[in-house]
Amino acid sequence: MSARFNAGDRVRVREAYPPGHVRTPYYLRGKRGVVSSLIAELPNPEELAYGRDGLPLMPIYWVSFPQTYLWPNYAGPEIDTAEVDIQENWLEPLVGTENE
Amino acid sequence: MSDNHSHSGDDWPYPHPQQPDIEDGEFTELMAMTDAVAELMIDKGYFSADDMRRTLETIDAKTPAEGARMIARAWLDPDFKVRMLENVNAAAAEMDIDSGVIPILAIENTPDVHNAIVCTLCSCYPKYLIGLPPDWYKSRDYRSRMIREPRAVLAEFGTVIPDDVEVRVHDSTAELRLMIIPMRPAGTEDLDEDALSKLVTRDSIIGVTTVTIEKG
Repeated sequence: MSARFNAGDRVRVREAYPPGHVRTPYYLRGKRGVVSSLIAELPNPEELAYGRDGLPLMPIYWVSFPQTYLWPNYAGPEIDTAEVDIQENWLEPLVGTENE
Repeated sequence: MSDNHSHSGDDWPYPHPQQPDIEDGEFTELMAMTDAVAELMIDKGYFSADDMRRTLETIDAKTPAEGARMIARAWLDPDFKVRMLENVNAAAAEMDIDSGVIPILAIENTPDVHNAIVCTLCSCYPKYLIGLPPDWYKSRDYRSRMIREPRAVLAEFGTVIPDDVEVRVHDSTAELRLMIIPMRPAGTEDLDEDALSKLVTRDSIIGVTTVTIEKG
């Protein structure tokens, strides 16, 4: 599988709540972020957890989120960020005009 | 058994609360399943009881020393640091360090960015390089608060990051492990790799503190 996103791409984490073994934390569902880098391509743990082979390999990115955006009452400065490993199947491209 | 007991026969009159036995906690279905799977694997000859014991002993014996050696080498050898940032497991192999089969990523602290690690989902931790995680790392308190109020948590560890330095919290959710390369403290220019590695602590590799000469 070739990676769909590049560093700097604006993305949205899917706002989905499927059952099963999911590695995308709840606090990020539906949130907008920016891809920092492609960090790995690994078997998909959502499949491995049920005894399947997890193939094709799943690209995993570091995606950056401003803390003041994630937590409305965030007490620290605006420069603070959270950077989280996110699987490609949880990311949607965010087109230029789409803002909150 | 009562909650308090006295040492009968001795003169000490003050009872103290008894420490609960490990078995006093709930025996859950998952614990039963874990025991059953281990017994099955041994019965079917996939590995022996001694293999399992040996593996647990090896993991329990891990310490932060090997991660600290790698960081000291990275401070002294910029080319090594580049290779380590590219591939920690390959860099570990260069130093004859067993870093396990899970890929490990290194993240470098800079004057502008202080990095720290949390696993909000469970307790992912680079144990091959720094040993088993402390209980607080696995606690719900650390896992929930480190992501949403990292500066308050860092302050509880005695770590105050200036407001013009970004605090970047990494939530480790994938089949990867993360480690921080802390900044080399000033005043260590004359130290060799062995002396530098002794300054690097477990907590500085998690990112809840920095490396200072005093703490060494």
